[in-house]
Amino acid sequence: MAISRDEVAHFARISGFDLAEEELDQLAPQLDEILTALSRVQEVPPEGIPRTSDAWELIDAFRGGVTEDPPLDTREPPSRAPAAQWRVGVQPIAED
Amino acid sequence: MDELTKMSAAELAAVIAAGEASALEVTDAHLARIDAVDNEVNAFLYVASDSAREAARAVDRRRAAGEVLGPLAGVPLALKDVFATKDMPTTCASRILDGWLPPYEATVTQRLRQAGVVILGKANMDEFAMGSSTENSAFGPSRNPWDLTRVPGGSSGGSAAAVAAWEAPLAMGTDTGGSIRQPAAMCGLIGVKPTYGGSSRYGLVAFASSLDTPGPLARTVLDAALLHEAISGHDPCDSTSVNAAVPPVVAAARQADVSGLRVGIVPELGGKGYQTGVLARFSEAVELLESLGAKVSEVSCPYFSYALPAYYIIAPSECSSNLARFDGMRYGLRVGDDGTQSVDQIMSDTRASGFGAEVKRRIMLGTYALSSGYSEAYYHKAQQVRTLITRDFQAAFGVVDVLVSPTLPTTAFPIGERFDDPIAMYLTDLCTIPSNLAGNVAMSVPCGLASEDGLPVGLQIMAPVMADDRVYRVGAAIEAALDQRRGHTLLADARGLDHITKSLRPEATNHYDSWS
Repeated sequence: MAISRDEVAHFARISGFDLAEEELDQLAPQLDEILTALSRVQEVPPEGIPRTSDAWELIDAFRGGVTEDPPLDTREPPSRAPAAQWRVGVQPIAED
Repeated sequence: MDELTKMSAAELAAVIAAGEASALEVTDAHLARIDAVDNEVNAFLYVASDSAREAARAVDRRRAAGEVLGPLAGVPLALKDVFATKDMPTTCASRILDGWLPPYEATVTQRLRQAGVVILGKANMDEFAMGSSTENSAFGPSRNPWDLTRVPGGSSGGSAAAVAAWEAPLAMGTDTGGSIRQPAAMCGLIGVKPTYGGSSRYGLVAFASSLDTPGPLARTVLDAALLHEAISGHDPCDSTSVNAAVPPVVAAARQADVSGLRVGIVPELGGKGYQTGVLARFSEAVELLESLGAKVSEVSCPYFSYALPAYYIIAPSECSSNLARFDGMRYGLRVGDDGTQSVDQIMSDTRASGFGAEVKRRIMLGTYALSSGYSEAYYHKAQQVRTLITRDFQAAFGVVDVLVSPTLPTTAFPIGERFDDPIAMYLTDLCTIPSNLAGNVAMSVPCGLASEDGLPVGLQIMAPVMADDRVYRVGAAIEAALDQRRGHTLLADARGLDHITKSLRPEATNHYDSWS
């Protein structure tokens, strides 16, 4: 077994969501089957083979330190947001 | 009206430039077609009638002022709902982005608008481009115009279905593991994944950043080339954009000549497990290339058989990072914000209800593959396989000019058949993935119908990095020879929408801006 039901629940949590029991019932065996199939990459002899992260190296990731106009009008994005009250609770870091 | 929807993009542009039809008439004809058939096809998530008609009027005004119009001015297009558009919602077919109106415009759409292309609306897709059938859309699957009980492919399935259903002559898709070529093959269209970096990713909602590539879908090779040229070229807003001249794809599509070209068949992409009709049409296409003067040989690419598992480690790894931004704080959906919940709980609840099953599967796979203790065995190995596949291509292109294979092992499958079987679904991408991992250009061009089900089969043509013109040269030669042999284009044989088309009233127009 590549991954257990408890491990799937754990990886869901660190992926930023919880899974309902029915979702776990469905996803846990599927992920186990998928990971077993994906483990085929381990058959490839890795000796001396460099890793490729991109089709080629970044070519123009950097530009000169020239001041430019901002790409967005900074007033515009908030004006396009839907009207909503901001009610996110924040855990207190110090109690009185 | 019907005549206008049956024209190619090149023909429409010529008709508009000559004043034989206005851009507005062309747009209205396509909006009427959408109105008539899209309830059944579900190709569009959003139809932007008002802005499309205004864009068409602008083209008509430019023509009236004596301006020389570009080769796609006034031509309508379906845009995959993964490109950021300031005047239309961008959802990636996900509940988590429901109603999100981007504050900026993708480079691809800016270039389309500059070219006078009329964007009809946003096309359906698999959620965040993860899937091979469009069944992973939160807004329902698109249907294949050849047979409405079958999938149109994916993830750019809405784009392909729109073009095959005569709702638009052109569409834009994105290809991360085959998401343009594979729906093109299932719907009897031309689909091209340009060289990675040849078309800009700026304003594209990221799935797997080292693989995502925007590209064209069309009914003719020349139309695909015209769209390819319009959207391509260096973009300083994309750090992986290639700063080089766009390959001469339009000239190559007009050349349509393969005499003396060295064509390699990849034995690893065929044989056991492939549908009989797919193999038969592929063999005939190879024979046709030979009869047109190409020199055909077999070229082994031994590591291609490891491409599928390598891809399904690399792409989910990148997506697990890219999709971390969807947390209910900045975009679209927010769940549980009742004034009592913590930020962490709201983020978790939003992601739990906003993402569909396939997106969750891939995020978890990526999180697993990148985790301490597993990354050596999965992610690092997959990156080594990526190197070996790139070397396979380099060796092959040392002895042949292009490689060919079937685009996918089967024709379009019934809706629901693979939905609960992720591995069977992933196998759909078997032949298309190697070119994503190596970054080279690849095209799917129709090569006939499988005799057992009467559905389209795609021929995949792969060429080296920045040799995009080569796939157009081969694709156009195949298209011309097959059209001549058949006496008409392949898409004229599509019968899935006959029951609607026969009942159409000639003046049936209904303009609307709405979620379908």
